[in-house]
Amino acid sequence: MLAPAVILMTLFLITPFILSFWTAMTNQPLVPRPTPVRFVGMANFVRILTDDLFWTSLWNVTRFTVWVLPVQCGFAFLTALILNQKMPLRGLFRGMFFLPAITSMVVVCVIWGTLFQYPSGPLNQIVGFVSGGRIQPIDWMGNPDWAMFSIVLLSAWQAYGFQMIIYLAGLQGISEELYDAARIDGAGLWGRFWHVTMPGLRPTHVFVLVITTIQAFKLYTQVAILTQGGPKSSTETVVHYMVRAGFEEQKLGYASAVSVILFLIVLVIALVQRRLMRRFDV
Amino acid sequence: MANLSIDKVRKYYGAHEVIHSISLDIADGEFVTLVGPSGCGKSTLLRMIAGLEGISDGEIRIGDRVVNNVQPKERDIAMVFQNYALYPHMTVAENMSFALKLKGENKATIAKRVQEAASILALEPYLDRLPKQLSGGQRQRVAMGRAIVRSPQVFLFDEPLSNLDAKLRVQMRSEIKDLHQRLKTTTVYVTHDQVEAMTMADKIVVMKGGNVEQVGRPLELYDRPANLFVATFIGSPSMNLFKGTVTATGFATADGVLPLPAGSHGAAATYGIRPEHLTIADDGFPVEVVVLEPTGAETQVIGRFGQQQLVAVLRDRVDYKPGDIIRLKPDLGCVHLFGQDERHL
Repeated sequence: MLAPAVILMTLFLITPFILSFWTAMTNQPLVPRPTPVRFVGMANFVRILTDDLFWTSLWNVTRFTVWVLPVQCGFAFLTALILNQKMPLRGLFRGMFFLPAITSMVVVCVIWGTLFQYPSGPLNQIVGFVSGGRIQPIDWMGNPDWAMFSIVLLSAWQAYGFQMIIYLAGLQGISEELYDAARIDGAGLWGRFWHVTMPGLRPTHVFVLVITTIQAFKLYTQVAILTQGGPKSSTETVVHYMVRAGFEEQKLGYASAVSVILFLIVLVIALVQRRLMRRFDV
Repeated sequence: MANLSIDKVRKYYGAHEVIHSISLDIADGEFVTLVGPSGCGKSTLLRMIAGLEGISDGEIRIGDRVVNNVQPKERDIAMVFQNYALYPHMTVAENMSFALKLKGENKATIAKRVQEAASILALEPYLDRLPKQLSGGQRQRVAMGRAIVRSPQVFLFDEPLSNLDAKLRVQMRSEIKDLHQRLKTTTVYVTHDQVEAMTMADKIVVMKGGNVEQVGRPLELYDRPANLFVATFIGSPSMNLFKGTVTATGFATADGVLPLPAGSHGAAATYGIRPEHLTIADDGFPVEVVVLEPTGAETQVIGRFGQQQLVAVLRDRVDYKPGDIIRLKPDLGCVHLFGQDERHL
């Protein structure tokens, strides 16, 4: 019964993982060289952990995660709350709000790249108009202080639809009877939100926060297309750092070591999630 | 406690009328069941009493107060829902005290009222448990406890037993009835189960398609149904009906003649006899046995009178085989005749 699953898991998950762990302890290049591949032990890991750029990239994804979580999840939650109300054309609105999530990130990056143009892109024009010319055009992508914020903005816009759908499902899973009971018990709009909606969404909140965090730690496409890690490494991320090591510098062993570290980070997040799930009794 | 008065109440969803001018008076302390098939409007009417649905026309009064525009929390009612509607993250005690807390009662009063309700319902050992740690019957008791602590003027029950298994349903049925006898709070109870309605209510309101078909005491409805719908809805197994005309020899149907009581109304178009009012007799009409269902206390015979299927409930233990011809005689005092308009004659 279990054999097909075990075979597939072994072939496509366990073996590649063990291989990458093994590769991480060698000096394996991307293109085979005449010199034999050497076992280097923990040397790759030591080099990564002593590389300032790695720590910068880790700090950057942490920063990205801390910013994108409230923006993306908050917006998703808010839209889900609104789109869960009875209103005309609700289905159409749900579809529209979900649209960015099924749009290719490459397309999204091209669109936002245009919006972000310096000094006279649409976004700068709006900022200038709204502020009555008091705020000077912002170099969204070229200024190290703004680049990560810009990536946060477009990432949240592109991905919130997915979280919105999960929140909608969570909201629809809360029994109408509970709201009726709360109304009879004397709870107002806020009381019902606080005593019925929020407790009913506990598992959804934990799930959404965890998947968003994991997604955020894997930030790559937006950076690769729009900033290539710049300016001044202000948008360098762990995955971008890993891809550059593997495919530009052709150090497959080194890149594998980065992937193992990323795996461990994600593993820790997943374990914290399990603890949270148990703690919140979901 | 208070009386409840429903006066020419209507409910529209858009242009679609789902409750057609219903009027009903429920006396102080009375236990009334609203019964009818799915979609008859009984739950909608209950929700209108609770204030969970708006009233399109007419008036609802609790005591002397018109409550049409009063918020549910201010109507002084409590409601027990089909799926219990317990707050899953709150303990039994918290669930029961929630309404009092929102009302701003002091802690001592809340604790006392919860304790009283818990002792009435034998819930004391479970006060610190979460709803998911309780069985279906216990959850239903907590839902009732939540209603009791508020000492409301009217209890509303919306099919509270339909999620329980058959045995528990019977047990909870008597618990609710017992509770009502002790607290004497005016109660409106919605169910689609006519047995529940018959066994619990002081007064039954039979509804169909947003209209009240008949209001009366349980046995009144059983003995003298106002029309064909009530006749078939009340009583299990339901009343046998035969179409035909009154003749000099009896009630002539396509399948044969049925005996009529003396002085029967000539305009009768449907002849009704309850399964329990048929007995075995040599001078009865012939019925071919199709299926025999012995339950121990009685035996249900499903048979055929010509082309027409009928059911008889016999007190005696009988041993017939499918295909046997038996003779059944109706108790003439219990024959119901209905006119063309389906009304009882």
